[in-house]
Amino acid sequence: MLSRTSILRVVSKLLIPPIGLYALYVQFHGDFGPGGGFQAGVIFATVFILYALIFGVTNARLVAPSWLTRAMLASGVLLYAGVGVASMLMGGDFLDYSQLATDPIAGQHLGITLIEFGVGITVAGAMITIFLIFDGRIRVDDDDEDG
Amino acid sequence: MELITGLFNYWVVVFLMMIGFYMVISHHNLVKKIVGLNIFQVSVFVFYISMSKIKGATAPILADGIEVYSNPLPHVLILTAIVVGVATTALGLALTVRIKDAFGSIEDDEIEAMEIEECVAEDVDANGKEASP
Amino acid sequence: MVVTAYALVQIRSLFAVAMMSGIYSLLAASLYLVMDAVDVAFTEAAVGAGISTVLMLGTLALTTRMEKVTHKPGLTPLLIVVATGALLIYATFDMPPYGDPAAPIHNGVSARFIERSGEEVGPPNIVTSVLASYRGYDTLGEVTVIFTAAVGVMALIGRGRSRRRKKSDDPEAPNT
Repeated sequence: MLSRTSILRVVSKLLIPPIGLYALYVQFHGDFGPGGGFQAGVIFATVFILYALIFGVTNARLVAPSWLTRAMLASGVLLYAGVGVASMLMGGDFLDYSQLATDPIAGQHLGITLIEFGVGITVAGAMITIFLIFDGRIRVDDDDEDG
Repeated sequence: MELITGLFNYWVVVFLMMIGFYMVISHHNLVKKIVGLNIFQVSVFVFYISMSKIKGATAPILADGIEVYSNPLPHVLILTAIVVGVATTALGLALTVRIKDAFGSIEDDEIEAMEIEECVAEDVDANGKEASP
Repeated sequence: MVVTAYALVQIRSLFAVAMMSGIYSLLAASLYLVMDAVDVAFTEAAVGAGISTVLMLGTLALTTRMEKVTHKPGLTPLLIVVATGALLIYATFDMPPYGDPAAPIHNGVSARFIERSGEEVGPPNIVTSVLASYRGYDTLGEVTVIFTAAVGVMALIGRGRSRRRKKSDDPEAPNT
């Protein structure tokens, strides 16, 4: 029903790229203004859910198949923990980013950017996965009622 | 007068908290219970954030010429708590869906009645087997 | 905000409840903004008004739209709530007034974060430096909680009938 409404389609087509871009801005500009991995992940998931609601979940599943969202979910946590282990290997404590580069401030900056990226990936992956699972469940129920 | 303006934020928090609490203990519908928990949760967030505020301070982003910042620590705690909150809410809703599948209802009094019926039926079965030989 | 919360208790249509809880989160977000917590307001607006409403509607589609009309819940819950609320209000008289710079909460480590995070960590946003650097271990835990919650949802409703259905549809399934 929704996918036949042309106004919604056109408006969402106009809106989706800026929202996605904004998510990236929030992700990487979190050091200077409000923002960071948690918010960026949620906004990114919102882009995806908007796309799924307007253009149908079948199309959205082609964009982000479930193996991809699950991989996102796991790789974010791995990236975060990996940064911690890396800083340990380079001679510091767990999650002590000062060791990541020769200059402590540069190291901190690199570390924060990396772990915020990990947080963003995990949050986006989690939200999209949960949304897809709920949708998959609805679909199964509908099939049962039909058949 | 100062007492009222100074403590008003806590009273709002307490009121919201109690609304959430009432919703959890008085309603039978599981979705409504989860919404009640959410209200409770947000009231705790408001409590933390209102404690971190300092009069005349600005948001905790370093800039030249600003002396007083609000306390950033509660902001960090609540920031993560919100996202974790929505993830756990999703888990609760998923449990609700499973309960609906298993019992065909999301009203906890109906579910309880069904379980009692099952227990009674099992007891009758057991007694019947003992009595027959 | 209080009015919205009260409406949430009264409304029986769960669809309206989902919408109202979105409004409630948005009001909470503006309240955070007033109290200087820009990061938190941002998150609450994105999460509360966006994702959780969608999830709530998804659940309603899977369960039921209306709360069952039951008899009045009786006086006991109300009494418990009023008693607890009165106790909590009594406790607030010992709290520092709103916006007091000398409140005990500001005497801890926060002052050091505000003073030194610029030189030690770098980013001008103190919330980011505390979140990612000083309390990095804590945040790792939070991310793991989100991961676990998503895995839990997957385990609860992700598999089950949909997978079995696929197997029965697929004639090659027994061979694999």
